[in-house]
Amino acid sequence: MACYLTTGKHMSIYTSVLTVLLLLGITAPIALAFGFGGATAARSQITPLRWFGKTYIALVRGVPDIAFFLFFVIALDQAVEYLRHKVLCPGWEAPIRQGNDFVVCQAAKMPLGNAPQWVHESYGFGLAVLTFAIVFGAFAANVLFGAMRAVPRAQLETAEAYGMSQRQTFWRVLVPQMWVYALPGLSNLWMVLIKATPLLFLLGVEDIVYWARELGGTKTPRFTDYPHGDWRMWYFLALLVFYLLFTRVSEIVMARIMSRLTHGQATAGGEAQRKAAA
Amino acid sequence: MSCLQIIQDYSLRAVGIGERLLPREDFTLCHQFTLIGSGMIWNVYFGLVALTLGFFLATALAMGKASSRTLFRKPSEWFIFLFRGSPLFIQFFFAYFLFLNLKSVHPFFEPFTAAWLGALVVLFFNTAAYSAEIFYGALLSIPKGDVEAADAYGLSGWSRFRRVVWPTMLRLAWPGYTNEAIFLFQSTALVFFSGFPAWQQRGDALYYASYFADKTFNPFVPYPILAFYFILLTLVVISVFGFVNKRLNRHLPQNTRQKIRLRPNLIR
Repeated sequence: MACYLTTGKHMSIYTSVLTVLLLLGITAPIALAFGFGGATAARSQITPLRWFGKTYIALVRGVPDIAFFLFFVIALDQAVEYLRHKVLCPGWEAPIRQGNDFVVCQAAKMPLGNAPQWVHESYGFGLAVLTFAIVFGAFAANVLFGAMRAVPRAQLETAEAYGMSQRQTFWRVLVPQMWVYALPGLSNLWMVLIKATPLLFLLGVEDIVYWARELGGTKTPRFTDYPHGDWRMWYFLALLVFYLLFTRVSEIVMARIMSRLTHGQATAGGEAQRKAAA
Repeated sequence: MSCLQIIQDYSLRAVGIGERLLPREDFTLCHQFTLIGSGMIWNVYFGLVALTLGFFLATALAMGKASSRTLFRKPSEWFIFLFRGSPLFIQFFFAYFLFLNLKSVHPFFEPFTAAWLGALVVLFFNTAAYSAEIFYGALLSIPKGDVEAADAYGLSGWSRFRRVVWPTMLRLAWPGYTNEAIFLFQSTALVFFSGFPAWQQRGDALYYASYFADKTFNPFVPYPILAFYFILLTLVVISVFGFVNKRLNRHLPQNTRQKIRLRPNLIR
């Protein structure tokens, strides 16, 4: 059994678990940054910027995410190749869209046709991260937008009364206080992000879903030392348990962070904490 | 070929009526609109049936979770955690292979390996778990006075539940439940991407949209069409649920009525 679980193929499923964790680790901050940018844009004084922020939030929220995942990866890929084509091959005469085909010159292919395998893989991974970040950025933007509006108006007025500029008010008063309002929404998003990771499979990354299907399938003695029947059910059961555990741990951690953030805030939770301490 | 002809051939393709072969070349806008629209039949079917069945199980689960008896509470809590804590995508895969294995044990499970029943069961349990959590939250926020008044009138047991607790729970839960319905319809798009095979290429809207994207290498036409259909579906769901919401709130004074606030749609 121990031997079976440490074959080369099984090592790749463990790496793909790490890939999932890596994806989460990279995507979460980027999505948060996108969200912060979107929320600030949506409440900006400059009208076009505000429109941009609001459209971004509204557009991504209205459409099933999976459609976005399928759409963005091809769209981003083509956009990158189109730009590189324009820059690298100025002398190219033929139209790029020939009917249903998308043709760019060899030098503009992304990644280059002769690039090593790992470049292809990490390029796909990078596109996946960007797609996740764009979609979850919109949700985060919505949460943060709400949180910024939830900070009591009196707090901002006090800051203005102290002579702080708009920028100072934003960074010193609004931003530190908004997190407590944003956290329930953000932790919800985090849970959803965890549960969205299997969709990587659809983006063509060789992730845990791919390996579970691959390894679980019926193996004949001719190709492997460990023949077995159709075990895909057990592999997916393992994945199910993995995700359940991950969710449970996240729940506990989020509860901890929440109780820390509530400390000293002018909310019902903060009040309750103060009473409990006193 | 005129557009009318295409609509005749393909508008019911997803349920197996009409032209057998999918178009292979000369994809017109009309082809894409018709076939993707025909795929929406499955999305509507999955969403509608799962939502209707899930509603009853959700009520039972919410009552179970709010119960003081451990015998009822624990199973409900576990059920809800199991389906809310893991990705729907993995649930689909697991269920499909589970049914495949069960099929060899007993032929009774034969239909479960097809999407129309197997995926439906998963969606049914899934939406039941999510709605149960919403209903449970609403159950906890029923005004104390309402229940006390019911007690004072001598209502108890089933009649108290039917006349006071349940309507109030629904009224409070309805905005959240509307969102849940929207999510459910959107997550039906996952079905044919998660193990369940599309028999004779009878797939849902996303299945056809990705078929076109694959064939034409151009995602900019089929996916916006898909988005258009889903937005349409979402608008229908919102208006139907808004109508019910109005009815549930009809005894309240105008200014205390609960409005439905739409929350972002999320993957499960």
